[in-house]
Amino acid sequence: MSNPYEGAKLHDCRDAFTSVLEALGSDNTDIVAVCNDSVGSSKLAGFRDKFPERLINVGIAEQNMVGVGAGLANGGKIPFVCAASPFLTGRALEQIKADVAYSEANVKLVGISSGMAYGELGPTHHSIEDFAWIRALPNVPVIAPADRVETAAVIKWAAAYRGGCFLRLSRVGVPDVLPEDHVFELGKANYLREGGDLTIIANGVLTHRSMIAADLLGASGIDARVLNMASVRPIDEAAVVRAANETGAILTCEEHTTFGGLGSAVAEVVVDQAPVPMTRLGVPGIFAHTASANDLLNDFGMSPAAIADSAQALLERKG
Amino acid sequence: MTPEDLSRLANKIRRRDLQAVFEAGAGHIGGEMSVIDILTALYFRIMNVEPANPAAPHRDRLVLSKGHTALALYIVLSEKGFIPAEEISTFLQHKSRLNGHPNRVKVPGVETNTGPLGHGLPIGVGMAKAAKLNGENWRTFVITGDGEMQEGSNWEAIMAAAQFNLDNLTLIIDHNRLQQGARLAETNNLAPLAPKLEAFGWAVEEIDGHDMDEICSALSPGTITAGKPKCIVAHTNKGQGISFMSDNVAWHHKVPNEEQYKQAMAELEGALE
Repeated sequence: MSNPYEGAKLHDCRDAFTSVLEALGSDNTDIVAVCNDSVGSSKLAGFRDKFPERLINVGIAEQNMVGVGAGLANGGKIPFVCAASPFLTGRALEQIKADVAYSEANVKLVGISSGMAYGELGPTHHSIEDFAWIRALPNVPVIAPADRVETAAVIKWAAAYRGGCFLRLSRVGVPDVLPEDHVFELGKANYLREGGDLTIIANGVLTHRSMIAADLLGASGIDARVLNMASVRPIDEAAVVRAANETGAILTCEEHTTFGGLGSAVAEVVVDQAPVPMTRLGVPGIFAHTASANDLLNDFGMSPAAIADSAQALLERKG
Repeated sequence: MTPEDLSRLANKIRRRDLQAVFEAGAGHIGGEMSVIDILTALYFRIMNVEPANPAAPHRDRLVLSKGHTALALYIVLSEKGFIPAEEISTFLQHKSRLNGHPNRVKVPGVETNTGPLGHGLPIGVGMAKAAKLNGENWRTFVITGDGEMQEGSNWEAIMAAAQFNLDNLTLIIDHNRLQQGARLAETNNLAPLAPKLEAFGWAVEEIDGHDMDEICSALSPGTITAGKPKCIVAHTNKGQGISFMSDNVAWHHKVPNEEQYKQAMAELEGALE
């Protein structure tokens, strides 16, 4: 299956981001957007047209962009600092550490086109290290919404949250997974599918693929639980421990290197509190070859069928 | 405060800094001596701040981007009433909130946590932009070291500040010509700084950074050029006021021995007479 979304209506989560940001911006004049010449790729044209003075384009200068965000927060504004995730998190990592995390600045870091969304543009433009980098910092929740609905919920949450956070958005179209009335809760997993044989934990664009994989497993008589774990830090430790205790095996799926991301975060909880066999799917610590975003996920063993195969193999390790 | 009063206060702050470095056995005494006159003028003549309400929304902001000279800021903040004067003796002690670089979460009066160089000016641009968006007239001051101007992030911020017409932003470059390990001119010779800033669209003024009249005049609101951010290139001496430290690259973070301490203190006290 090269395209797991065949027949489904796909949504670009950036649209949900900007429509909510524009609505929030109408109610709260303290909300500003900061970007690095990324008005188009961050889909901020609507925000700019509605609130031209509140769209702060610093140009191609990501270190300054994050510092400006911290200064705006000091002056009482609520900045959403938007840029392609590899440049936001990679180029400006020390600003994120010192100016946002350590200084406890109320800056919303919005990583656009994260993961391997830039596909064929190659590893310079992939952001498959950002969970690991930002998760290592105190004071900055790391959140990867799964679909249009969760993206909208996360943006509403972020605007109300007093503190910095990192929101990891994609540009790859995904179908709806969560119910329309979904409310995001920091550090809470969503039980998308109950099951007792194993648990699949995923976030971002992998949540929908994991749901299809669970259906494939169901057809083979395997009852997989699926948890959507948008909040990578803080992680829902109780849900992970419950999954370990109740299903005895955990498979994680993420559009990120397997070094330090969601799988690692889940494994830390499992090792400390409820050891069970695990398999961590992701990019296996290499720079990706040339391919589209969806093909790369397939090539790295994260097509729904391959996720199901990994689940079957994991079950054989379960005692 | 008159310039004479400010100079006397700066001398007191120098002596307290010297004592604290000597007692703590660590610190960045050279860069502290070079920046103390500027800090004193800002807090006791120029800036509108409220020690009892350090987060007052309309306060003027200072970002000490050369965060390694935190001790000088701590002493100024204690003189101003933000923190108790006796707390200076805890500098660098186990679990003291006065560590080697300033922390806004722990120390009232500190605006942002600095330490890695090249962070303060971008934050200052954001602060000044916030004031403009809010329609408020508070000012933002950023102090960088001259060696720090090698960091590319400063030049990103210099571009943006001019583009945004941030005439409520003042950058003071503590131009003491020395960095940790060498003279700036022997590393990346940034001098002359003024034409570089002017070329980026800033209004620039060069002063003697130890002359209180010149410092106060350059910082006064009357010297602002409408629509342009202002840079004050303050020509200073690392180790100012202490003969064997002054303009000596060895004294970036060296600690005086007892004999040197006594001589330094005697020189600073002698300057009061």
